[in-house]
Amino acid sequence: MSEPNEQAHNGHQVVGPAVYVAILFSLLVGTGLTVWASFLELGPWNPIIALAIATTKAMLVVLFFMHVKYSTKLTKLTVFAGIFMFLVLISMTLSDYISRAWGSW
Amino acid sequence: MPDSPVMAHKTDASSESADHSHGQHPPYLRHHFESVEQQADATNFAMWLFLLTEIMFFGGLFTAYLIYRNWYYPAFVAGSHQLNVIWGTTNTVVLILSSFTMAMGVWCAETQRRKGLVLCLILTFILGLGFLGIKTIEYSEKIEKHHVPGFHYSLQSFVDPASDPEIFKEYHDKPLRADMARHTEVYFSLYFLMTGMHALHMIIGICILGFMIFRARAGAYTSGHVTFVENFGLYWHFVDIIWIYLFALLYLISRHQ
Repeated sequence: MSEPNEQAHNGHQVVGPAVYVAILFSLLVGTGLTVWASFLELGPWNPIIALAIATTKAMLVVLFFMHVKYSTKLTKLTVFAGIFMFLVLISMTLSDYISRAWGSW
Repeated sequence: MPDSPVMAHKTDASSESADHSHGQHPPYLRHHFESVEQQADATNFAMWLFLLTEIMFFGGLFTAYLIYRNWYYPAFVAGSHQLNVIWGTTNTVVLILSSFTMAMGVWCAETQRRKGLVLCLILTFILGLGFLGIKTIEYSEKIEKHHVPGFHYSLQSFVDPASDPEIFKEYHDKPLRADMARHTEVYFSLYFLMTGMHALHMIIGICILGFMIFRARAGAYTSGHVTFVENFGLYWHFVDIIWIYLFALLYLISRHQ
């Protein structure tokens, strides 16, 4: 078994099985949690909790499975810029729809 | 004009490339890169740029879903009650496992374990097919109930929920008025569009996996050049992330109300 900070031939960090198993376990727990939460009657909190858990799972995948935590600053900046841009687009579109014609939809 | 400097230069260049034996660097290092590390960084950067365009592409679908869900809320709730949470959860687990085997495959390639890599790729391949198999079961339920948007779309389950006892005993939905019930077709349009685009990405991924298994058996990725496996891994994990959100949005958030 190799350590997560072991260096491969090309100088890139190799992430080891121990990290992957831990992430797999967290993702499965997250899936269990989100399904369990969907059976509870939480009103407006149902979607909030579901999306919060989904985002946590997505972050684990991006950081560890996709190696962003161990990547260059350029990759980190690229990923961050992309997600930030997406959030700007989606929040401005939704705020437009929510704030026009109050109540008539 | 054999004596012209241009010709002489050309001859020099061609003899130089004939002499070039790739002895000074690994054969997979392209000549326009300074080093293997620079090549790996550039390829990784390019792959992420592609994935950002994919985020924008699926982002458009997610935005459309959220807006229509706000507009036709009762129809979207009733529509989502038609989805089977158990199949959805099973598929989420299958896809997470396939992401794990893919990540292990990348590790095997990096540490030059040929057999391990082939095994991981085959497992990822099988889990990917398993996901599509379960999706087929879900789709065929929709086809049987005439919940595929189009000429044969049926409002029966929504204007008269008691006629659909399996769903009714779990949710006890109230009947929708015919005009709202019509909008369940919008829900299923988006359902098929989003899960269909996701499934298309899975099919493309599975085809590439088949090709990679073939090449990995020949030892193509276990001699130090892992870029292809690494970047395919990024694609596969991305498809996993899309499903994590699809599962939450389509299956989970409308179970009450």
